[in-house]
Amino acid sequence: MNLIWEYRQQLVDGTLVTIQLALASLIIAILFGLLGAMGKLSSNRIANMMAGIYTTAVRGVPDLVLILLVFYGGQEIINTIGKATDWWKYVEINQFMAGTCTIGVIFGAYYTETFRGAIMAIPKGQIEAGVAVGMNKFLVFRHIIWPQMIRYALPGFSNNWLVQIKTTALVSVIGLQDLVYNAFVAGRSTHLLFIFMFASLVIFLLMTAISDLLLTLLNRKYSKGMVRT
Amino acid sequence: MNKSIPPALKVENLHKSFGKVEVIKGISMTANKGDVITILGASGSGKSTFLRCINLLETPNSGEVTIGGETIAMKIGKNNNYMPANIKQVERLRSRLSMVFQGFNLWSHMTVLENIIEAPIYVQKESKAKAIKNAKYLLNKVGLSDRSDYYPSHLSGGQQQRVAIARALAMNPDIMLFDEPTSALDPELVGEVLTVMRDLAEEGRTMLVVTHEMSFAKDVSTKTIFLDQGNICEQGCPSDLFTNPKTPEFKKFLTRSFV
Ligand SMILES: Nc1ncnc2c1ncn2[C@@H]1O[C@H](COP(=O)(O)OP(=O)(O)OP(=O)(O)O)[C@@H](O)[C@H]1O
Ligand SMILES: [Mg+2]
Repeated sequence: MNLIWEYRQQLVDGTLVTIQLALASLIIAILFGLLGAMGKLSSNRIANMMAGIYTTAVRGVPDLVLILLVFYGGQEIINTIGKATDWWKYVEINQFMAGTCTIGVIFGAYYTETFRGAIMAIPKGQIEAGVAVGMNKFLVFRHIIWPQMIRYALPGFSNNWLVQIKTTALVSVIGLQDLVYNAFVAGRSTHLLFIFMFASLVIFLLMTAISDLLLTLLNRKYSKGMVRT
Repeated sequence: MNKSIPPALKVENLHKSFGKVEVIKGISMTANKGDVITILGASGSGKSTFLRCINLLETPNSGEVTIGGETIAMKIGKNNNYMPANIKQVERLRSRLSMVFQGFNLWSHMTVLENIIEAPIYVQKESKAKAIKNAKYLLNKVGLSDRSDYYPSHLSGGQQQRVAIARALAMNPDIMLFDEPTSALDPELVGEVLTVMRDLAEEGRTMLVVTHEMSFAKDVSTKTIFLDQGNICEQGCPSDLFTNPKTPEFKKFLTRSFV
C-alpha cells in the first residue's frame, strides 16, 4: 500500500493523460462520425463512396496496427511530402497527437454507423412538417433532427464510447505515458506488477462507471416523449 | 368580382413526373379567399402529389404556383431540372400555407404546446409570450386545453390530429392544405377532427382538402375537384357534381365511395 502511495503521482499523471486522450479523440471521432454519416446519407455519389471506403477500411484493420502505422510511418510520409513539395518544414508527430488522431479516426467510423442509423430512425414526416411550415435547413437540423438524433444515437454511442476509453490503453505501446504505461513501469520497478495493474483496472472502471452514469442521465433527458414502438 | 384582390392560390398547368411516370399531367386551378375546395380521386390518382407541389415539398417539372398574387420563382438548374430560383421566397411563402398530414407528423420530442409555438417563434419571429397565448387559445378551440404539456405519443390519433390543426393555425395561414386528415384515424375518432374542420370552413378559412369523406365534401366544400390519373376529370359545385356526375370515371368513383 505504501508503495502505491509513493507512486501516486505517476498514477495521477497517467490518468490525466488517459482522460485527455479519451476526450480529445472523442471530439475527433464525433466530427468524423457526423461527416461520415452525412456522406453516407448524401445523394452525392462521391460523398457516398468516400464514406463507404472510410468505414469499411478503418473497421477492417486492427487498432494496434493503425496506431503503430501512424506513429512510425506517418511522420516519415508527412515529411517526405513536405520535402518534395516544399509546402511545410519538418513536422514532428508526438505520441499524444498520433494516439489522439488515430483513435479519433478509428472510432469516427463506428460513430458514422451510429449517427447514420439515428438519423434514419427519425420519421421523415416530422422533417417534412418542419419544411412545410417554412423552416430553413439549419432550423430543421437544429430543432428537429439533432435532438431526436441524439436520442436514437445514445445507446450505440455509449457502447462505442466505453470501448474507446479502453482502447486508449493501446497508446502505451508507442510510449505515451498514459495510465497503463505508468502503472506498468511502476509495477516493474517495484516488482508489484499485479498490484499496480489492479490499480489501473480500478481507475478504468471508475472512468467507465462515471461515463455510464452521465450517459444514463443524458438518455433520460432526451427520451422525453419517446415511446418504444 | 373585384379585380384588385388576387386569388388566394392560383396553379397553372402543373406537371410532375417521378422518373418516367407522369403523375400530374397539367393541372390548373384557382382558389379564392374563403373557398373550401375538396379534392377527390382514387388511390394513386395524384392527390397528395398535387398538394405537395403547391408548397414545393415536391418540385414540379413545370407549371406555376401563385400565392396571394406572388408567383413562386422557378429556374432551370444545372441538370436541366426545374427548381425554385429563390429558396428564401419558398420558405416565406410556405409559412403562409399550412399543411395537415395524414400521419399527423407532430414533433415527437416536443410537448403539445412546444409543437404549436415552434414555428411562430422561430419562423415568424413572434415573441414567446404572444405565441404561448395564441397557442392556448387555439388548444381551447380544438378542445385540448388540458393536454398542452403532453407529448404526442401520449395522445390518441384524433387528439394528435387536432393538435396538428392547431399547429397549422398558429401560423395564421392564408391557405390550409389537408392531405387525408382523417384517413389514419379509427372511425370513432374521425368525427372530432371533422368538427374542427367544419368550424374552420365556417370561419371563412381558405382550405384545400384531400379527403375520402364524401359527406364533408358534399356539405362543407364550396367546390369539388375530381382527379383521375393526374388530370382534373370533373370539377364544380359539389351539389351539382354529386347528383349529376358526367364522366363514367366519376360515376364509378361515386358508386364505390357510397357503398
Ligand atoms: N416519391 C415518389 N416516388 C415515386 N413515385 C411516387 C412518389 N410519390 C408518389 N408516387 C406515385 O405517384 C402516383 C400518385 O401518388 P399520390 O400519392 O399522389 O396518390 P394519391 O392520390 O394521394 O393516393 P392515395 O389516395 O393512396 O393517397 C402513385 O402512382 C405513386 O406510386
Ligand atoms: Mg395521398
